[in-house]
Amino acid sequence: MPITHAYTPGLTVSESVTLRKLRRLPLPGKVHVAQGQAVAAADIVASSELPGNVATVNVAHDLNVSPEEMPRCMAKAEGDPVQVGDVIAEYKALWGIFHSLSQSPVDGIVENISNVTGQVLIRGKPLPVEVTGYVKGTVVEVLGDEGVVVECQGALLQGIIGIGGEAHGRLKLLAATPDQILEPEHITDECQGKIVVGGSLVTYAALQRACEVGVTGVIVGGIRGDDLDRFLGEPLGVAITGQEDMGITLIITEGFGQIVMAQRFFELLLSHDGQAASINGATQIRAGVIRPEVIIPHTGAEAVLPPPAVSALAVGSCVRLVRDPYFGLMGTVTDLPEQLQIIETEAQVRVARIKLEDGREITVPRANIELIQQ
Amino acid sequence: MNSTDIEVILATDCGSTTTKAILIEKTSGEYRLRTRGEAPTTVEAPYEDVTVGVRNAIIEVEELSGRRLLDSNGQIIRPAGEDEGTDLYLSTSSAGGGLQVMVVGLVRRMTAESAQRAALGAGAIVMDVLALDDGRLPHQRIQRMRELRPDMILISGGVDGGEQRRVVEMVELVAAANPRARLGGEFKLPIIYGGNVDARPQIQQLLAERSALTMVDNLRPTLEREELGPARAMIQEEFLHHVMSQAPGYGELMNWTDADIMPTPAAVGNIIQDIAREENINIIGVDIGGATTDVFSIFGGVFNRTVSANLGMSYSISNVIVEAGLDNVVRWIGEEIEQTQLAERIRNKMIRPTTIPQWLEGLRIEQAVAREALRLAFEQHKMLATGLKGIQQERDIASAFAQVQAGEETLVDMMALDLVVGSGGILSHAPRRVQAAMMLIDAFQPEGLTRLAVDSIFMMPQLGVLAQVHPEAARQVFLRDCLIRLGTCLAPVGPGRVGSPCVELTFSDTGETMSVPTGQLRLVEIGEDQTRKVIINPSRYYDVGGGRGRSVTASIDGGVVGLIIDTRGRPLQLPPLPSERQQLLRSWEEAVGLYPRR
Repeated sequence: MPITHAYTPGLTVSESVTLRKLRRLPLPGKVHVAQGQAVAAADIVASSELPGNVATVNVAHDLNVSPEEMPRCMAKAEGDPVQVGDVIAEYKALWGIFHSLSQSPVDGIVENISNVTGQVLIRGKPLPVEVTGYVKGTVVEVLGDEGVVVECQGALLQGIIGIGGEAHGRLKLLAATPDQILEPEHITDECQGKIVVGGSLVTYAALQRACEVGVTGVIVGGIRGDDLDRFLGEPLGVAITGQEDMGITLIITEGFGQIVMAQRFFELLLSHDGQAASINGATQIRAGVIRPEVIIPHTGAEAVLPPPAVSALAVGSCVRLVRDPYFGLMGTVTDLPEQLQIIETEAQVRVARIKLEDGREITVPRANIELIQQ
Repeated sequence: MNSTDIEVILATDCGSTTTKAILIEKTSGEYRLRTRGEAPTTVEAPYEDVTVGVRNAIIEVEELSGRRLLDSNGQIIRPAGEDEGTDLYLSTSSAGGGLQVMVVGLVRRMTAESAQRAALGAGAIVMDVLALDDGRLPHQRIQRMRELRPDMILISGGVDGGEQRRVVEMVELVAAANPRARLGGEFKLPIIYGGNVDARPQIQQLLAERSALTMVDNLRPTLEREELGPARAMIQEEFLHHVMSQAPGYGELMNWTDADIMPTPAAVGNIIQDIAREENINIIGVDIGGATTDVFSIFGGVFNRTVSANLGMSYSISNVIVEAGLDNVVRWIGEEIEQTQLAERIRNKMIRPTTIPQWLEGLRIEQAVAREALRLAFEQHKMLATGLKGIQQERDIASAFAQVQAGEETLVDMMALDLVVGSGGILSHAPRRVQAAMMLIDAFQPEGLTRLAVDSIFMMPQLGVLAQVHPEAARQVFLRDCLIRLGTCLAPVGPGRVGSPCVELTFSDTGETMSVPTGQLRLVEIGEDQTRKVIINPSRYYDVGGGRGRSVTASIDGGVVGLIIDTRGRPLQLPPLPSERQQLLRSWEEAVGLYPRR
């Protein structure tokens, strides 16, 4: 059976790329910037108003009348504005001896009056929605009244899984080496508003401390699954994230457990220590995979386009092993046998021979190696 | 073209990640699978054109078969000649997450459940079920509808001639939410109304302007009757003309195919129904994927399908642990394993879903998770595959004491089950076929005699759509090339102590007899094309299909595994003490040769 891509293409860790970020509103609204304009990460580039929430009022029930009778009791018509406590319908009989009212529970506009169900729907005030630039860059395209495209030059680093959405701040390295564990005592008040970088692991206590201090984001090699569940308040079952409202964005570069951050990833962050960065923890590991990202805008090197998503695995390629029993180790491909080979599980798979950094030479399924994008 | 003149058939299935193409050719009067090819699906950026992936998959078929299928313009060559072209081209699709439907009904276990069955049977994923008794407040229902971006909405509610107020009330909420379609910003969301026909004018007034509204016959015209056919047909029509036509490249693909593109699960349901009808048998089919698990069943001619949206072997593997509990996974592993480390490994599989186990321990873990994913998906299926609820039934004293409401009983009868067909990588690509058989047995726990099979390369979708056009070709390929017959499971049902007599078998051809005590697994090799006549004598407390203690004479079909005699009891109970349980599991593993010896 043909196997098209028997290895994971790997995540991008690149010093210099040109990136385009689509900044689109959920509904058409107003664009506040023009083509060619420079924008900062926090700048609002477009805004709109979402239709307000709808409140239902069972007026027929409130007035103790049948739905058919209800329209003649209405004090407000469809389209009328109302405020909390406003009388929307009133019933009087026998010169006012029998008297009942129905009042609006919200500020808004009467949207629908039904003489079938006796219900009145009141649409609350519109909800404002704003879209920021997210990255420091230039507006290269205006999409009518729906948003813009911001182009940015800088470093791009993709993590493996993240928590929380878009955020920006200055990078602050708290680990001297990529194998260091990020503990609460490393996080001082100086970290407020910063994106802190740890090494192989962040503990639950350190995450709590980061939230207390007001850290914007944490970038680290690994996290224990139990710690993440505890931090989130519920177990993470499906790797679709980004909507969490934890007040902090977390980017895991390697995986679950204590895993040394890839040297290249760490060195790149080290070289930009103190610089402004944009991060997004949104992850979607399904078709059309989305990985969390760190973007460090700079114009220090000549910008090149992002490397293609899939580049070829070859002898000499630098790879990381992403499955036990060698999880987290790095090495170089020494051979890529054409023929399928039988592994311990008795499965017939394509394999690769890898020389590990410690000098050992091993054979692993190609599916279990990740190409390190250079 | 007359169906007998069709010599070559090309069919594709555009999945979320992979587009799979199969080539069928008629040789010596028989339709057989010639070859298959696959390529990544190209619905999303940067390609945003499904036909790119389809062409790539077809090119792979061309290379493997030597038959030229695409002309210089990338168009499919038709009709078939000596070395080029095809007479028929068909396709199914679940790309972009499949057909996603939101269901609205009145009573969750009645009209809403009928609508849910209709949507699932049409091949949809049900995103949510809104009903008057769903425990949500009206504004919460509206909020939910606005958050979801379904491909379409199916509304049911009320019996014909009954009260209209409640169904109109629910539709008012739908109108207030004004939900938007997932694909195509400007196009109107298809809404299908299959409720009380008397309320149609009000529904029309509320929804006609803001949606693409269609009306079908009431799904529950009376409490005692369920009519799912018209709604299912309309869902598939809307899928094709409203949803598919908005998806990138599908407009062109629709022009290529000789029959309507079908949602992948609907096609699988089709082929399973056809086989059940033709062979007059009860079937359970399961497809365990990376993100979801689909279960299909046909009992007494009634078809049901469920999708367990977050039970799968890669993207959703961590959720299996969340739903089943780690202890339930560990109970299937016949060796000591540290639980925290196990949970970490499973989480790492979730974030790197394409990795495969390299060591035996890793394989055992994945197969243990698969047992739980299959078990949970099957539990969910049994809850939906029921009779109609809310109808009046005459009840005797026994059923009154049984505390079972009318319609609560599942239609799934394990003793009446004839065939289980498994599909999905963990089953189809298990290194030893007996591993697939044991995963199916442990998860579903069939009773009496049940045949087991796996879909060799998951071509049921393509055969399902082919069955619409050329049933005979579909049937021939399904039986000869699609199914890998694993064999038969014999599982006596009854109480008994471990070691006490359970069942005795006499093979008519050789006169050989064997008795198997309670609490064991045994494997008898019966080849793929072999059938052996056996007299099965259960002990007085056990039932193998004929009643307690009654012997049964059966022709047992063989397979690549053979006959598995399972006297471990139903429901299968495992010792709570880990060391005792692991020892027992290892003895069962050895008895059937489940894993290589250390």
